[in-house]
Amino acid sequence: MDWALFGELAINGALTGLMYALCALGLVLIYKTSGVANLAQGALVMTGGYLVAWLAMGLGIPLPLAILVGLACLFLMGFLIERLALRTMIGQPAIMIVMLTLGLEILLRGLVPALGGSNLRRLDLGIPAKPLIVADMFINRAYLFGGAVALVAFALAGLFFASRRGVILRAVSDDQPASWAVGIRVEGAIALSWGLAGMVALLAGVLWGSVQGVDWTLSLLLVKALAVAILGGLDSIPGALVAGLALGVAESVIPGYIDPLVGGGTRDVVASLAILLTTIARPQGLFGREHIERI
Amino acid sequence: MYYRLAGVYRTSYAGDRAILKIPAERWQVAGLFAAALASPFLVSNLYLTGYLLPWLIWSMAALSLNLLVGWAGQIHLGYAAVMAIGAYSATHMVRAGVPFEAAIVLCGVLSAGIGLVFGFASLRVKGLYLAVSTLAMQYLVDWTINHVPAISGGSQATLQVPSFTVLWIPIDNDFARYYLALFGCAAVAVFLLNVRRTAFGRALAAVREKDYAAAVLGVNTFYFKLMAFWVSSMLGGMAGALLAFCYYRAVTPEQFHLDVSIQLLAMVIVGGLASVIGSFLGAALVFFAPIVLNNGAGALAGGLGLQIGGELRSQIPLILYGGLIAGFLLFEPLGLAKIWDNIRNYFLVWPFRHTRHS
Repeated sequence: MDWALFGELAINGALTGLMYALCALGLVLIYKTSGVANLAQGALVMTGGYLVAWLAMGLGIPLPLAILVGLACLFLMGFLIERLALRTMIGQPAIMIVMLTLGLEILLRGLVPALGGSNLRRLDLGIPAKPLIVADMFINRAYLFGGAVALVAFALAGLFFASRRGVILRAVSDDQPASWAVGIRVEGAIALSWGLAGMVALLAGVLWGSVQGVDWTLSLLLVKALAVAILGGLDSIPGALVAGLALGVAESVIPGYIDPLVGGGTRDVVASLAILLTTIARPQGLFGREHIERI
Repeated sequence: MYYRLAGVYRTSYAGDRAILKIPAERWQVAGLFAAALASPFLVSNLYLTGYLLPWLIWSMAALSLNLLVGWAGQIHLGYAAVMAIGAYSATHMVRAGVPFEAAIVLCGVLSAGIGLVFGFASLRVKGLYLAVSTLAMQYLVDWTINHVPAISGGSQATLQVPSFTVLWIPIDNDFARYYLALFGCAAVAVFLLNVRRTAFGRALAAVREKDYAAAVLGVNTFYFKLMAFWVSSMLGGMAGALLAFCYYRAVTPEQFHLDVSIQLLAMVIVGGLASVIGSFLGAALVFFAPIVLNNGAGALAGGLGLQIGGELRSQIPLILYGGLIAGFLLFEPLGLAKIWDNIRNYFLVWPFRHTRHS
């Protein structure tokens, strides 16, 4: 066994996995507070990528400022989606809400490329393309940077949940009627979680846009995000981190060894298989709370 | 004047059990069916094969999906994969010499079997998990078809549909293909109209409304959910086979991608959950609207000298599907069927509105 190859695949995979986990963080934030699975997260990531690419490359705004403006815009967007669409659906069956977020995903997936152009555009973060070489292993600098940003985002999320607002969100995720009873504005908390998910989506969109370019395929990250979120447990933030690492490593290592045998393309099914196996074997995920409604 | 009724009043149990309770509606349906039978001789070949025939097959697929989503209340995001299994297996069977009549039943059984495996895996949990597992099914089936040369005939390959006969009648011209699609669509529609007045249909409705309550009433919810998956996947597989044999006349993996699943779900939601007429209306709107809009945008751009970019025009279908799904869920959750029902109820007693109780 070639340990250098294995290490290279595993480290790059783990860094990609951290970036998957960033996409999944938005899903988890919303599910934790409101119990709604946001299938529009992939489209939000794509919108974030388009927005920053347009601000920085199209309008020539300096990149840090563009990212700040983008964060504000996506916060507002998540907030408005909750306020205008999701809040009117309170009390409807879960299947209706899932389909509504799916409809939003499709709508954005068509609308954003229609406005911003469907050609692949580059989003340059100024990271040198030359790989970092550690002990004969080639490590992609863009992945390294992305992984670091993801870790910082998770740390910030952890800190946020220790703050006063974060405690409110935790209370809402524990028990909505009880939070109402002690005077918490539950709607406000849910709207805040949507706004935060939008901000996380922007970060993920910028990172992934710099890695693979900005076009509609960014929204396909939804499948990876869903796989990570379900594997880690839909209401667990540490779970998303661990599951992201696991999925990233699996997606990188398994094709590295299996692809030559079956003729390629195994990378695409790892996430689907992870979803399927998790739902069969352990539906609540690795770290999720075990109150899945079974039939 | 139109319906010549003062309200819907029945005087016998047989009348209460009838599928179409109003005499005028029986005439309307009979007239529509006669028009459908006569349309090969009335409309041009282009309209017949380009619009009517695919609309009938998409309606059939939407009806099949509606059994699962509308009647049983289970979400399915990978329905195109079910249709793909039906289309590919039927094509391979007919190529291998199996008669079409047997192949279409067997391909339905195969679709139902594979669909049931995924349903079984995910029906232990519900809601979101079901949505995500069926999404995973879509990707897994896509990948399998693309990567197993024995199924797809090699990568990027197109599998031609062989010539076939139904009951010794060769299906080799547009008329025959149209009548075959019409028969399939009518059969599924009649089946679904009847489902709602059987014990099976009532059990599905109970499961959809509240499965705990259904279980308390003695309905085996798990069994009926699996049955819904089985029946719906079987019909979906047959619809996929008809789509391949009557419309495309060839199968490629691109015909059954995730976009098609979304399109089908849009047909069901826009048309109206658990409604037969809604499935026809939804299929019509989702199938025709992008064509009309695209032509309209082209005509508008040409007529007014407006610049509507090709990029915008190529995204019109997605914008439309997403907007329709979200808009109908927000503003008219019961879909076009409810709008149709409102219009019908208004004209039912027109011009004697005061006879209505509510």
